[in-house]
Amino acid sequence: MPITYTSGEQVEVYRFSIPVTIGVPLLALFFQAFIPVRFPRFAVYIDLPLLVTIFFAMARRNPISGLLTGAVIGLAQDMLGRGPIGMYGIAKTVVGYGASSLGVKLDVENAGARFLVTLGFYLVHSAVYLAVGRFLLNMTQNQSWFHGFLAGLANAMLGTFLYFALDKFKQRT
Amino acid sequence: MESVLGRYKNLIWLVGVLFLQVLGLATQVKRGNDPEHTRLIRVWVISAITPFERGVLWIEHGTGDLWHNYIYLRGVRAENRQLKDQIEQMRLEQVRLSEDAAQARRLQNLLAFKEQFIAKTVAAQVIGTSGTPTNRVIYIDKGKDDGISKDDAVITADGIVGKVSLVNSSDAQVLMISDQMSGVGVIIGDDRLQGWLGGTSNGEVVLNDVMSDETVPIGARVMTSGGDRIFPRGLPVGTVAKVTNGKDLFLNIKIKPAADLSRLEEVLVVVEKQQRQAVAEGDVRMRAADILAQRLPSVPAKPAAAGGAAPEASAKSTPNGAAVTAALKPASASSSGTTPKTGSGTTDRSGAAAEAGASPAAAGPIKPANATNGTASTASPSTTKTSAAQREKTSSDGASRDGMSSDAAVPSAPAGTNAPTVSPKPASPKPKSAQPPAQLPASPTANDANPH
Repeated sequence: MPITYTSGEQVEVYRFSIPVTIGVPLLALFFQAFIPVRFPRFAVYIDLPLLVTIFFAMARRNPISGLLTGAVIGLAQDMLGRGPIGMYGIAKTVVGYGASSLGVKLDVENAGARFLVTLGFYLVHSAVYLAVGRFLLNMTQNQSWFHGFLAGLANAMLGTFLYFALDKFKQRT
Repeated sequence: MESVLGRYKNLIWLVGVLFLQVLGLATQVKRGNDPEHTRLIRVWVISAITPFERGVLWIEHGTGDLWHNYIYLRGVRAENRQLKDQIEQMRLEQVRLSEDAAQARRLQNLLAFKEQFIAKTVAAQVIGTSGTPTNRVIYIDKGKDDGISKDDAVITADGIVGKVSLVNSSDAQVLMISDQMSGVGVIIGDDRLQGWLGGTSNGEVVLNDVMSDETVPIGARVMTSGGDRIFPRGLPVGTVAKVTNGKDLFLNIKIKPAADLSRLEEVLVVVEKQQRQAVAEGDVRMRAADILAQRLPSVPAKPAAAGGAAPEASAKSTPNGAAVTAALKPASASSSGTTPKTGSGTTDRSGAAAEAGASPAAAGPIKPANATNGTASTASPSTTKTSAAQREKTSSDGASRDGMSSDAAVPSAPAGTNAPTVSPKPASPKPKSAQPPAQLPASPTANDANPH
């Protein structure tokens, strides 16, 4: 599996147009909120805003940009629910920072690397989310790790295809 | 110093952003987790998302209507036949239920029982969800502009859904009963056990505060108790799916919601409730002939002394004379303030559902199959002072004369109560007042037993 270590100079850094920067996260939030009306289990297994966060963070390869993207998308996701605002924000901030930092170090342009990175960050995201709920808000959440792993696999598979579709919007710096 | 800041710039940013969010969380925890506190910031995102959702649903319905109304008409006849059969079955069922409801209302009337009724509902469409598995909320396409306010009950024809937790001008957020933060007062099964219903983090619906020494059968129906002041009493909630021993001497009861919470498309929001005394069905139903008869001049009752014949019988009848007279004027009593208050005119396009909820017995115009000429509809509690024996006699006379079945009218009227009796026709050429009072033996014991 070609996950190669590269120097910062070797990897390409991409940027996105403003409509894509705003529109893609909004669309992800829209689909995340709307699809469960027709397919109720969708929200249980798939986290489209997380996939978008990982994609932008890995493509830009700038940790500050990545963590800010994650924070904004996560906070917006929090606002759609009824719970405290900040749980998804914190989790996606960490993921955005991690994914962009990893993007600097590793070549994450191929499908295999993307699959593994997405699976790994889904688990990190779940762990941070649960930790925030448990230790900061004292919320009880019955989370099955096996179920979480399955959801991670589903997200990784979807993410792999989604990233190739979103690659079309990349602009070289 | 500058080199250190430059070197750890990314990390400092991460810590800074995380710190701000933790600070925000702490503020929310301190102020209480009410979405109203963060209303403004939530509205931004909701306003950005819901127009897309409305648009997609509009397109979906447009194409769906085109398909269903013009293209996909195959099988409509068969479906029509099937629905007609279903209607026949439901008519039979309604006869049975309306009798039960009438009896229940009479009993409620006896106790001056006050109850909340659904007076007005607004139909709304589900346009979105929270998109997260931890928050069980949905968004509907009606808001403050449509009369919806916070804490309104949200129901479907099958059962309760939740309550309105956040209202915007044109949409609203509904907290479903499967959410961790929800709570509904309920009654379980025939034993009328009280408890409260809540959700879990997995989205299951569980019943709390039922002691482990109670017996809760699987499949028992769960209804709202009305104690939460949000849901009117008696709405279906679900059935008991699983019972296990929980912690602290309480049972762990899992409920299968009556409404399919995962596949909601349209819901009803209860925007207006009425608290009023239950009205017995006899008050509600009146024949047109009775209403007409009360407006016509009636034959004055003969003075007992003037009759001359059978003075003993007249004397015996005196204590019941008033009762008999009262029995002869059902229409006047019925029309003097016991007019049904079914909230008519207050319903919108879902008014039928609301009215049915308000007065199920009055909603259906279908007469009992065994009441040949609408006897049940003439049963009136205004004829309450008649003794059991009188009722029996009156009913049998009425049945023989009018060809109606008195049993159908008053299936289980207990003796000595003010249960309604069959009213005779006042406009009849041979009214009951013309019958010798001696034929209606007094039953003071029965009258004394009347709680009123």
